[in-house]
Amino acid sequence: MRAFSPRLATLLPALLLCGPVAAAPDPTNWTAVLDEASGQNVYWYAWAGDQRTNDYIDWVAERVEEQFDIALTHVKIGDTAEAVSRVLAEKQADNDDDGSVDLVWINGENFATMKANDLLFGPFADALPHFALTYPEQNPEVVTDFTLPTEGYESPWGRAQITFYYDSHELRGDSQEIATPPQDIHSLREWAEANPGRFTYPRIPDFTGSTFLKQALIALTDEDKALYAPVEESDFTAVTAPLWDYLDALHPHLWRSGRQFPATGPEMRSLMSDGELSLAFTFYPSVPAAAVADYELPPSTRSYVLDEGTLGNVHFVAIPYNSPHKAGAMVVADFLLSPEAQAHKQDLGVWGDRTVLDVTRLDDESRALFTLDESNPAMLPAGALQKTLPEPHPSWMTALQDAWQARYVGN
Amino acid sequence: MTAPHRLELRDICISLGSQVLLELDAEIGPGEVLTVMGPSGSGKSTLLAYLAGFLAPDFQARGQVLLDGQDISPLPAEKRGMGLLFQDPLLFPHLSVAGNLRFGLPRSVADKAQRVEGALAQIGLAGFADRDPATLSGGQKARVALMRLLLSAPCAVLLDEPFSKLDTNLRHEMRQLVFDLLREAGLPSLLVTHDREDAEDAGGRMIELNH
Amino acid sequence: MLLRLAPALIVILLVAPILAGLAMALMPAFGYLPVLGGESLSLDPWRALFAEPGIWRSTLISLASGLIATAVSLAVVFLYLAAASGKRFDRWVRRLVSPLLSIPHAAAAFGLAFLIAPSGLIARLTSPGLTGWERPPDLLIVQDPWGLSLIAGLVIKEIPFLLLMSLAALSQLDPERRVAMARSLGYRPTLAWWKVVAPSLYPLIRLPVFAVVAFASSVVDVAMILGPTLPPTLAVSILTWFSDPDLDKRFMASAGGILQLGVTATALAIWWGLERLVARLMGCWIERGGRTRGENGLRLAGKGLILLASVTAFIGIAGLTINSVAGFWRFPDALPESFTGAHWVQALPSLAGPIGSTALIALVATLLAVTLALGALENEQRTERHPSRALWLLYLPLIVPQIAFLFGLVVLVEQFGTRPTHALVIFGHLLFVLPYVFLSLSEAYRRFDPRWSRLALTLGASRNRAFWRVRLPMLLAPMLTALAVGLAVSIGQYLPTQLLGAGRITTVTTEAVSLAAGGNRRIIGVWALVQACLPLVGFIVAIGLPRLLWSNRRAMQGAP
Repeated sequence: MRAFSPRLATLLPALLLCGPVAAAPDPTNWTAVLDEASGQNVYWYAWAGDQRTNDYIDWVAERVEEQFDIALTHVKIGDTAEAVSRVLAEKQADNDDDGSVDLVWINGENFATMKANDLLFGPFADALPHFALTYPEQNPEVVTDFTLPTEGYESPWGRAQITFYYDSHELRGDSQEIATPPQDIHSLREWAEANPGRFTYPRIPDFTGSTFLKQALIALTDEDKALYAPVEESDFTAVTAPLWDYLDALHPHLWRSGRQFPATGPEMRSLMSDGELSLAFTFYPSVPAAAVADYELPPSTRSYVLDEGTLGNVHFVAIPYNSPHKAGAMVVADFLLSPEAQAHKQDLGVWGDRTVLDVTRLDDESRALFTLDESNPAMLPAGALQKTLPEPHPSWMTALQDAWQARYVGN
Repeated sequence: MTAPHRLELRDICISLGSQVLLELDAEIGPGEVLTVMGPSGSGKSTLLAYLAGFLAPDFQARGQVLLDGQDISPLPAEKRGMGLLFQDPLLFPHLSVAGNLRFGLPRSVADKAQRVEGALAQIGLAGFADRDPATLSGGQKARVALMRLLLSAPCAVLLDEPFSKLDTNLRHEMRQLVFDLLREAGLPSLLVTHDREDAEDAGGRMIELNH
Repeated sequence: MLLRLAPALIVILLVAPILAGLAMALMPAFGYLPVLGGESLSLDPWRALFAEPGIWRSTLISLASGLIATAVSLAVVFLYLAAASGKRFDRWVRRLVSPLLSIPHAAAAFGLAFLIAPSGLIARLTSPGLTGWERPPDLLIVQDPWGLSLIAGLVIKEIPFLLLMSLAALSQLDPERRVAMARSLGYRPTLAWWKVVAPSLYPLIRLPVFAVVAFASSVVDVAMILGPTLPPTLAVSILTWFSDPDLDKRFMASAGGILQLGVTATALAIWWGLERLVARLMGCWIERGGRTRGENGLRLAGKGLILLASVTAFIGIAGLTINSVAGFWRFPDALPESFTGAHWVQALPSLAGPIGSTALIALVATLLAVTLALGALENEQRTERHPSRALWLLYLPLIVPQIAFLFGLVVLVEQFGTRPTHALVIFGHLLFVLPYVFLSLSEAYRRFDPRWSRLALTLGASRNRAFWRVRLPMLLAPMLTALAVGLAVSIGQYLPTQLLGAGRITTVTTEAVSLAAGGNRRIIGVWALVQACLPLVGFIVAIGLPRLLWSNRRAMQGAP
């Protein structure tokens, strides 16, 4: 039925009444899903700013081709919003069953937007065979996205947490050796003043940069509670005033005096590699160690988490409501949750993104796959990620982005 | 080549806008050469373009061109049976000498290779078949061009100052060859030139244009 | 007769999508787009647009970079032509510049960025010896707020284009005789060129110059790599608004597209004014009759500037190469500590798909363009008409900013429910390939001696036989050049591929530009190098094949 254009379909309401044009597969009947998935072309819209991620997705494509006869195409996008806007535009144009997006890498405000506009297929996540390995009762973060319950409309894929990293002995012979990197937001500013031009954060609306704003806001404002409810319910100006004061004071001491910012987290990493920065942060805790293994950063690189804890979240994959290949998309989502795929993803030589599976509860054979290379000195010390700050309500992200741009763009 | 042809130009009048460029009424019998003389700008080349079928759309022409009694003026150039010999030999640079001759042969001719070989022998260039035309001397090129024209079996021939670019010592010899062959083939020919010697060697009637 | 349809087909192919695209941008710009819930006309999109932070700065930078980049490129080209005396150095420079034409804008921009960045090649080569820098200086060079690096990137790429256009036009002017005449009146050679050749040359290359103004004021890929970021140029801003999940921003993006059209039109109008001004000043200067003053300065500038621009571009490409095989590379080391093929090995599996797509799109679009252009030109020859006045329409896709009408086109395509396919992208590329192919081919076609075809006809060959057996083989070299130009244009296209392919169809160019955000110089080096090399293949074939085929035909060795 895919040959029908949406326009033709609306001309044939009788046909529509007889039954949905493309019956959505039932996730609880997994054998039927596998059957239907075989031979499908799945278009996965995923942020492509990091070569390691792209390479991992290429590996996934190979594996699902072998295992399930699914042709997976990575549609490389610079911002997840592009995929959301595409699905939304398709819905407005009455394209309800032949959308171009089958799977999307998503979380936070983009998930909130898609959910609010009924753009998602589901619930499907709970029915995925490998989902049980995440033990959601013990790990509620795999079913919560920026305070919102996922309700089975997205399937967890990986974990991110702001992690700082620096070169422990700057081999350049000057006296600005970093003995003690800043341990909280306030000392970060003092450090930046003492080491002008050696720190920065990605340009808003990049998600790593936006997360830094939220991290700073949580530390600076007294009204933490307000951040976990929709932004409309509080006085945005009052709550965020300390953040802007802080940034106004910080920016002159940043890289390029705060007149320019790197585009993304990975670009910040390149600046570290070139020696332009001395201190940086990433959303993926194992990135520094992986970059050392890749000869991108020097072996003297060390990572740490702020004393007050850092923001962390889980990232997911979701299926748009008008995807013509939902079965294939579900099989891919399930494969992403398999111990094989999760362990490969966590491998420092591959991507280094932490698993969402509850490793302690896996069988021995699977658990063995997840042994982390603790010997890499750039790796976070065990237990460092205990202090995870939960993400604020997604509406804060958008509001902060707009306010930042209004304040710092074009001056 | 044996059948005698006759070319009649009846009340030809070519004009550009309201200005009449030339008027002509003549008849050329088999093997005859009619020489049209005139300084540059007198409309000689326009006459040739008209007869060959290349008159630019800016010009208007009246009159009839009868080849063996049939009016060819409405026909496209390739169907007129009018052979044309240019100032330059214009041997196709991407084809060999044989390729150039072969290009002239009508498609229906059966034993092309043999005909080409015979033709080369006739102009004293036997064994030149595979040569690059760019390596021939001026006189050799002119002879190949002439032979190519004859092989295409035209019913009449137009000569556009074909000897003007040849060396003086070659010119007379070439004229003899051209006119002999044309006469032998029984073709009515129209020679356009500003060189009086051309006209004298041609030996036919002469019309002078002066504008 | 299919042939007779060719000119009309070309005009429709070029004009209809642009008009439709502009219409579909104009309506949402005033709030009307029922699919997205815009039912009535309003000025809201414009209010939203002008309330955007930094919008005026974006607009001004787009305008200024367009004008300055064009003025500088044109000045460098004219200075060179004036100073060139046909000596070995000048021929060598010309040979150096021509391959730059084939390098896609994005690759050249990456090369420049790697060169001039604070941790780039120049800083590394001079540090710490000359500069004393032990670590990269905290200087805002690449992506500077004034768009200077953007202008530099554009200049590097527009010089070869304008030079080639000027050289083609000069062949009609007989500059040697003009200069010789002026020299006999006592003018020094460079001054003579400026006074007797330049005023006749400029009108002949005016349309290409306009195309450069339009391109430079609305470029997307180069601006993403080298342009300012807070805010970016107008065209780049429009691109981000269009992909915002807040669909209301699409109305604003459409208004932005129309604003871009206005910016480019303003740039052209200002350029037109500058033309008048310069013409008047030149007039006074020529009338004053100075014969020697300024000669040496002009000559040195002419040789120096073009050399600087071309060498910069080449070192940039060399920088890409080094980066693509670099191991760990600490500042200020001039060379990496080690070299490794790992980046290439890693990229190889993902290169195949985009290279295949790039080649397919480029080949089909170019073959279509060459067929259409040949059809139209052959028709022109057969009907013996003068080149049609509609010719300026060929420049329409080069003068209307891509971003202004491509979005409208995408909206239109979305409404028809057409899925992104290679065919759609090829169609988009055809819009930009066709003009260049036509311009490049028409030059050779119209110069082709008409007597060759007449000769073929009087020998009894049909018109088709004359075309296939005489005109086509004799024009093989320029036709292959036109093919190579078409391939290069297609390979370099970013926006049409990105928009019409909806990200699903990736070429080396879209991949390279999307990697820019990651800032990983090694991977960017690999992709940009591949992007730079692909069009070269076309030019190598265009130069090599005729030499091979005509090795035994002396008269075919040079240009026909």
